[in-house]
Amino acid sequence: MLTYTIRRLILSIPTLLFIALVIFLLLQLAPGDPMAQVPLTVPPEVKEKMREALGLGAPWYVQFWKWLVQFFWIEPKVFIDYLTNSSTLFGWLPDTELYTKCGAGALEDCDLRMRSWQTRSPVMDLVLQRLPQTLWVVGLAYVVAFFIAIPIGIYSAYKQYSKFDQAGTFITMIGFSIPPFFTGPLLIVIFSVYLGWFPSIYDTTLEVNSWASFKKQLAQMIMPVMVLALQVTAQISRFMRASMLDNLKQDYVRTARAKGLSERVVVLVHVLRNSMIAVVTVIALAIPGIFGGSIITERVFKVNGIGDALIGALFASDMPMVMTLTFIFAILIVLANIFADVMYGVLDPRIRYD
Amino acid sequence: MTDDQEIVPIEALSDNTTLPPHRSQGQEIWLQFRQHKGAMFGGFILAFITLAVLFGSLIWQVDPGKLDIRSKDWRPIYTLIWNGDVKAGWAHPFGTDQLGRDGLANMLAGGRTSLAVGWAAMLLSLFLGAGIGVLAGYFKKLDGPLMRMTDLFLSLPVLPLLLVAVTLFRQPLRANFGPEGGMFILIVGVIGITSWMHTARIVRGDVLALKEREFVLAARSAGTTSKGIITRHLLPNVISPIVVSATFGLATAIITESSLSFLGVGFPSDFPTWGKMLADAVPRMQEFPERVMLPGVAISLTVLAVNYLGDGLRDALDPRIRGR
Repeated sequence: MLTYTIRRLILSIPTLLFIALVIFLLLQLAPGDPMAQVPLTVPPEVKEKMREALGLGAPWYVQFWKWLVQFFWIEPKVFIDYLTNSSTLFGWLPDTELYTKCGAGALEDCDLRMRSWQTRSPVMDLVLQRLPQTLWVVGLAYVVAFFIAIPIGIYSAYKQYSKFDQAGTFITMIGFSIPPFFTGPLLIVIFSVYLGWFPSIYDTTLEVNSWASFKKQLAQMIMPVMVLALQVTAQISRFMRASMLDNLKQDYVRTARAKGLSERVVVLVHVLRNSMIAVVTVIALAIPGIFGGSIITERVFKVNGIGDALIGALFASDMPMVMTLTFIFAILIVLANIFADVMYGVLDPRIRYD
Repeated sequence: MTDDQEIVPIEALSDNTTLPPHRSQGQEIWLQFRQHKGAMFGGFILAFITLAVLFGSLIWQVDPGKLDIRSKDWRPIYTLIWNGDVKAGWAHPFGTDQLGRDGLANMLAGGRTSLAVGWAAMLLSLFLGAGIGVLAGYFKKLDGPLMRMTDLFLSLPVLPLLLVAVTLFRQPLRANFGPEGGMFILIVGVIGITSWMHTARIVRGDVLALKEREFVLAARSAGTTSKGIITRHLLPNVISPIVVSATFGLATAIITESSLSFLGVGFPSDFPTWGKMLADAVPRMQEFPERVMLPGVAISLTVLAVNYLGDGLRDALDPRIRGR
């Protein structure tokens, strides 16, 4: 199992490199000068120097290589330093001094970091500030969707064509069809304007340190999570139902019943485990859509996650930020795919032994 | 002479009941399709919406872009039922927006754009998906590289890439094809290029299985070229999975276009689409909830209809389910 996981992780590196190249070339091919916003009063020779400092004169492969070095070599060094210096988890480890800062009194070979053109602070710092919010919202949406969808799928397959099944099919069809940018404003109107239960804007400065603040955090998480969860629930329960139906007709189910197992064990142990394989497929297939949905949800509820940052960076034509954020989305999707593959291995022994 | 005599089969072999009349495959599919109430309903709604956005502007001849600031912020006609003194009337059945543009005319024009983008993007992705799927399934040499490419495309972050592509390539295309034409080409192109993968996978799987069947062997031994086998023997046999994935492709394309418009990177601001009408209405949705509801319901209803249609078509085109 471990070798299988490691093999999948190694195989994902070319995929990620290819995606990075696609994003990079897309940004390179795009017309538009990153220096267009510089005031006209700046003399041309200064402009030329700025251009050089941004690395704009170099051929594209040099620029790509520099970006790769930034992302896979310098940023990890900074991250490890942060972990051993100031994080609570690994702060007890001896300080590592991998990253050498540039500036006054710096040595000859110092590490420059990629900076955002909007804020002038390192891109990765901004990303790390914003990543947790996105992961919380998307992750919780998946967990919620899972706990709602699996029982619905099981029951509607077990009682096929019953009232419950038909109602469930109709509701999942609706959940499947209503886009998040419609459910979001709809929930805001109903629950924050008319009922006043939840805040319509996500307060990211809130620190959870007491019971009251925890309740506040919960209240502001509910709507973004539910908007995303609705989409996922619909997909998972549809797949779950179809796959349960397939499995319930199999011979091994008859065998299990014939040898006297209770109906509960037959359905919830034997059939469920085999049907979960289809659900894992949904996780893999739906992930790009969910991260797309998270961009819209973050926009609607003003959660300052990476989706919101991407839109802001795009409108400000902040290319380093756009490049890095798009790549982070790609990494998250590839990681989710690997997770799905490993889950296949857990659920289906035939895959493991290949 | 025995020729005149009617041949009487032995009793065990004669039919006791009369055979059902022969039905062609089209009739069989139609019969199965009619049993799926949701699909019939979906087909009806989709046809109604398509006809309405295509020919509605002939009946409701109001210019969607015409500003009439004196009659701005009208409510839709149905608000008169519970409140007699609101500004509403038959002059603007769906109300007007903050600049006095007619709601109904905008809904019709916006729907035309949304559906046109949906259909065009769906056709493009279908063409790409079916082409790549058939090539990968039929030619063994192409299978590896093409499927590797499909896997790569499946792990692309689609919406972020769409956003990036649309914002970056907006200017040159607008300069070449005009503001609306350029955006149309760009949006259809990027949606089509990023959504063909599922079709390709399904078609490849089916072609792989069909290729080993006897009729393909017979065709090949009769000297049919690869091109002939693909166009005359394989494509007609994979048409049903293509049709089913086409419906889901249409639904996704409509939602993606609306998402782009909602995020503010879609068509220019004087060119209505359902997604943009919704996005424009969100800041004032407390006072005028109908401006969010009408386009939102229109998008959801169209997508719901298309999804139900696809469900019904899948059941009707699958011979294993048919007749049960």
